[in-house]
Amino acid sequence: MDFLRPASWEEALAAKAEHPTAVPIAGGTDVMVEINFDHRRPEHLLDLNRIGELSEWQTGPDTVRLGASVPYSAIMENLRTELPGLALASHTVASPQIRNRGGVGGNLGTASPAGDAHPALLAAGAEVEAESVRGTRMIPIDAFYTGVKRNALAPDELIRAVHIKKADGPQQFSKVGTRNAMVIAVCAFGLALHPGTRTVRTGIGSAAPTPVRAEAAEEFLNAALDEGGFWENGKIITPSVAKQFAQLASGACSPIDDVRGTAAYRRHAVGVMARRTLGWTWEQYRDTGRTLEGAA
Amino acid sequence: MALHPRAASVPAGTPTRITQGSMTKGGIGESTLRPDGTLKVTGEFAYSSDMWHEDMLWGHTLRSTMAHAAIRSIDIGEAVATPGVYAVLTYDDLPAAMKNYGLEIQDTPVLAHGKVRHHGEPVALVAADHPETARRAAAKIRIDYAELPVITDEASATAPDAVLVHEGRTDHHIGHVAHPNIVHRQPVVRGDADAAAQRADVVVTGDYVFGMQDQAFLGPESGLAVPSEDGGVELYVATQWLHSDLRQIAPVLGLPEDKVRMTLSGVGGAFGGREDLSMQIHACLLALRTGKPVKMVYNRFESFFGHVHRHPARLHYEHGATKDGRLTHMRCRIVLDGGAYASASPAVVGNAASLAVGPYVVEDVDIEALALYSNNPPCGAMRGFGAVQACFAYEAQMDKLAAALDMDPVELRQLNAMEQGTLLPTGQRVDSPAPVAELLRRVKARPMPPEQQWLSADAGGSSVDVRALPGGLSNTTHGEGVVRGVGYAVGLKNVGFSEGFDDYSTARVRMEVINGEPVATVHTAMAEVGQGGVTVHAQIARTELGVSQVTIQPADTRVGSAGSTSASRQTYVTGGAVKHSCEAVREQVLEMGRRKFGTYHPAWATAELLLEGGKVVTDGGEVLAPLAEVLEDEAVDIELEWRHRPTEAFDLRTGQGNGHVQYSFAAHRAVVEVDTELGLVKVIELACAQDVGKALNPLSVVGQIQGGTTQGLGVAVMEEILVDPKTAKVRNPSFTDYLIPTILDTPSIPVDVLELADDHAPYGLRGVGEAPTLSSTPAVLAAIRNATGLELNRTPVRPEHITGT
Amino acid sequence: MRVNFTVNGRKQEVDDVWEGESLLYVLRERMGFPGSKNACEQGECGSCTVRLDGVPVCSCLVAAGQAEGRQVVTVEGLADYARHREDAHPGTGCATGACGTPLGTARSRQAGDGQGTEELSPIQQAFIDAGAVQCGFCTPGLLVAADELLETQPSPSDQDIREALSGNLCRCTGYEKILDAVRLAAARQEEAVR
Repeated sequence: MDFLRPASWEEALAAKAEHPTAVPIAGGTDVMVEINFDHRRPEHLLDLNRIGELSEWQTGPDTVRLGASVPYSAIMENLRTELPGLALASHTVASPQIRNRGGVGGNLGTASPAGDAHPALLAAGAEVEAESVRGTRMIPIDAFYTGVKRNALAPDELIRAVHIKKADGPQQFSKVGTRNAMVIAVCAFGLALHPGTRTVRTGIGSAAPTPVRAEAAEEFLNAALDEGGFWENGKIITPSVAKQFAQLASGACSPIDDVRGTAAYRRHAVGVMARRTLGWTWEQYRDTGRTLEGAA
Repeated sequence: MALHPRAASVPAGTPTRITQGSMTKGGIGESTLRPDGTLKVTGEFAYSSDMWHEDMLWGHTLRSTMAHAAIRSIDIGEAVATPGVYAVLTYDDLPAAMKNYGLEIQDTPVLAHGKVRHHGEPVALVAADHPETARRAAAKIRIDYAELPVITDEASATAPDAVLVHEGRTDHHIGHVAHPNIVHRQPVVRGDADAAAQRADVVVTGDYVFGMQDQAFLGPESGLAVPSEDGGVELYVATQWLHSDLRQIAPVLGLPEDKVRMTLSGVGGAFGGREDLSMQIHACLLALRTGKPVKMVYNRFESFFGHVHRHPARLHYEHGATKDGRLTHMRCRIVLDGGAYASASPAVVGNAASLAVGPYVVEDVDIEALALYSNNPPCGAMRGFGAVQACFAYEAQMDKLAAALDMDPVELRQLNAMEQGTLLPTGQRVDSPAPVAELLRRVKARPMPPEQQWLSADAGGSSVDVRALPGGLSNTTHGEGVVRGVGYAVGLKNVGFSEGFDDYSTARVRMEVINGEPVATVHTAMAEVGQGGVTVHAQIARTELGVSQVTIQPADTRVGSAGSTSASRQTYVTGGAVKHSCEAVREQVLEMGRRKFGTYHPAWATAELLLEGGKVVTDGGEVLAPLAEVLEDEAVDIELEWRHRPTEAFDLRTGQGNGHVQYSFAAHRAVVEVDTELGLVKVIELACAQDVGKALNPLSVVGQIQGGTTQGLGVAVMEEILVDPKTAKVRNPSFTDYLIPTILDTPSIPVDVLELADDHAPYGLRGVGEAPTLSSTPAVLAAIRNATGLELNRTPVRPEHITGT
Repeated sequence: MRVNFTVNGRKQEVDDVWEGESLLYVLRERMGFPGSKNACEQGECGSCTVRLDGVPVCSCLVAAGQAEGRQVVTVEGLADYARHREDAHPGTGCATGACGTPLGTARSRQAGDGQGTEELSPIQQAFIDAGAVQCGFCTPGLLVAADELLETQPSPSDQDIREALSGNLCRCTGYEKILDAVRLAAARQEEAVR
């Protein structure tokens, strides 16, 4: 095994071009588990810790450009206004120690359906800035996840940053685990209201081979909100609409039975979370919501 | 004349009077601090995985990937040829005629021979200069397996054509079991359950399932074996019982016991999981083969295969009662899955059977408990040992019965609660306090924790703290779907080794003067696994010898056996041994005093003499001589064995016999909040009341109760080793998928400690460690049932059981 | 490969590190700092928690090479770190120079009389006083995490303590006495300020 320590982004790209099978390691919270448990013996480890810019973010007029290695704890602390959904999701990641090391780039690189950031990214809308010595490309988040633990990156590409739309409305994130802290998602749900475009976007985690949006549910809700004039009148969403939305969200799942939960439970729980997160965001939108201490 | 600290007869239920040393600071009854505390908070305490030796090698175990398979061939050629590899061992390399080990039945191969019987069974060993070298070499060992059908439950184990997990059994249980795939069976029959059932106005039955729990001690199996010049070996290891290890290790190494010198290293928790051997023999074999020190450290994945687990169980119970709530009869059948090797299964069966009735008076019972051999992971000792599974079922039954009778569940329990003098189904009379009803009264009388603690009022209205809600940080509810439930449970556990086992301990106590101060040194082989035995031994020595300075020697095999740190027995038995040896030392010191000073003061001959504050004093408080002057440069050094009252074996057909030496009791009240839509549970409070006879160290006692309670909580809502029923392979051997409670899952655990002396035990004490693990689980389950109205007959409860999806 | 970094204020250099080794392994097996514990090696228990450039992390998930040139504080240096907190730089620590725990030392350290002479940090003392230590295997990680909590939040609520320590598993205590210990250290800290 070789340990490559590029001092700059350009060096990292060159190293990745030269060794396309090199495994990037930043927070190490996925890669080191695989090494410690003898699940993986890459020929090259590509350490990205030395590249300072990966731990930085820039807030633009419409988006936040989030460096791939910005730790979850920094997102929780600093980006609650701009990226409320991702901040909530970051708070559910593993443990404080892991949140201090892990970042969104790692979640995207691993592309596990259980990665906590995915539903929030899908709901907010985001693009992945992937780069190689051949150049830079922006991969829409909807096109990023291509299979179980597979993504759209080319072998010589590295994730430099994620461009996430700044919140123009309330966002929520919920995750079911069988423990009250430090738990991998049985399933998760992210929801973002976009009053600017009068749309609702969603993200489902751990209930399909890849993170997915509940597109039918979104379409139904967008139409229902539009028809009822809800965006203008700010009325409470009709329970039947919320129920239908939840059912459609459940229907967007194609889960499996595994040690963490059954497929049937995942479908059920996604529906419950869809209904609840819609309720919470809509309450916030109507400006009567409660504030959250522990969650944000 | 022995100076007995207690009066000959103390009325039952009264606190014990301590005379000797009651004035000495740091004696029993005080919350003195751990002697190893400073080392443990500075990181200097040397655990078994911290051992290091110049030129040491790393040992690695290759384990089977199949649960049941014949081994056609093993090819180690490439592994041996790997640079940095010093040895590769298989069954063929075992040096002695004895190639198996086991706590009671020697059925466990040191390395697999011809076949493997469970997933993760050790097949080969590698020693290399770096752990990675050893791992890579092990990966090059080629094993040709021929898969065999797997035995995974009672039906597959006892089918007429079932493959035998162990062929040609010769152990002493084979004669009384109906099938060779049953390790041991113990009925307990008393009265006439059939006739009594006719008197019942209400009968409730239930089928219960208890999942496989892991001890999940945090310090993985590890140790260091150092070959010695005389051809023997020194072993530094974390275990619960040095001498039991030694008895199993030496024959396999082909060495006499005195050439295997064992020293206890720091132990990172045990909970029963270190009662069986893990890496001990393997490290010694590699050290003896290579002539170099060998260190072995399991990682968490391997640890799940490196020790036995708590027996999963299926239990069928029937209880009857008259209209007024008096129990008429109880019938039950308890099937424990012992997995591939016997380990402690026979004793677990004995416990499950003899304690199956719980802390209740039932005159007519028909009980059967048995343990299977299967290809599931081997199961053995874990905190609560057979009594845990039974308690889960009988407490669910008590709630069911209360509901059927329309009675308060606590009142029903109190009405039928056993007490001192009760005759148990084994025919044994309970001859010390049994305050079962009182413990229940105490937990019930506690004020309820406030409702909706997740809400707090602030300037802008109210705010929600998700950390106080089911789901916690995962932000699943802000109060929606959350329902509170309350549940109660009480349990019955034995203390010490039972069924006629010669349960003794040994203590060597030395008293001498160092720098003008009298100093006591206590040497035992007791495994300090975190429970605080070392704290208590020093307290006993201070009380008995009236000195302030006590040195606790490291535990090793240079002193006689202390027995196991299990069965809630160490304070009772090794504490008793320390007390006994201290009394002998004290008597000898007084004799020296009488010889030296007897002629100067008549009190030496006439008064009751005590050792206090480093002096010999009369019971009237008159100082006769400082210990320094009595001892001068002489040392008193005594090693003695001490044993508790003998017990009897249970009759193999009827289960009758005075099988246990002491009983312990704890009661819990659980308050939970359940997100009924998502099936997530938050335990809000888990109050406990327990009788401990005498709290030698109140701080440690409460710590034991809170820790035991939390392990019970874990198996109520999250902890289970999942085994694939088709392949018998473990599906979740990691801390990612075998979850134990975090601090956010663990509620406030208020503890109410009763001290009703057991006159038969040293200082009146009662074993503490296990009882709280029994009642905690059923109390949480009862509370979840109370919140949801669901039957929930299995533990752990998973979200899908609550949501029905 | 060769790795250089600072542990408890003292520069350390080690050679022949295998590239797959974790910071935890190098600390424990190559540098003589076995205080950080190897309970799960998958970031699920917190027993190996150290400060890496001041930030609490699981040292089992930091590749040794990633620590190059950085500052590490382990439980062995915690008392010194706490003493020097006001100077805003770590103290000189007490590297033993040996690796792991040599047998002679281990022998003398088992049980013993435990009357350590060194000065403890407030959180270390509170853990002893409150009975928060049983087997002690989780203790080093908990101490590093709790010390950092009290550094950033001198008067944490119970829920804050629970959240901050939710990455540290303990199997012995049921956590009640650990909460007591953190409350005690916070209270003593407040008293000292007054």
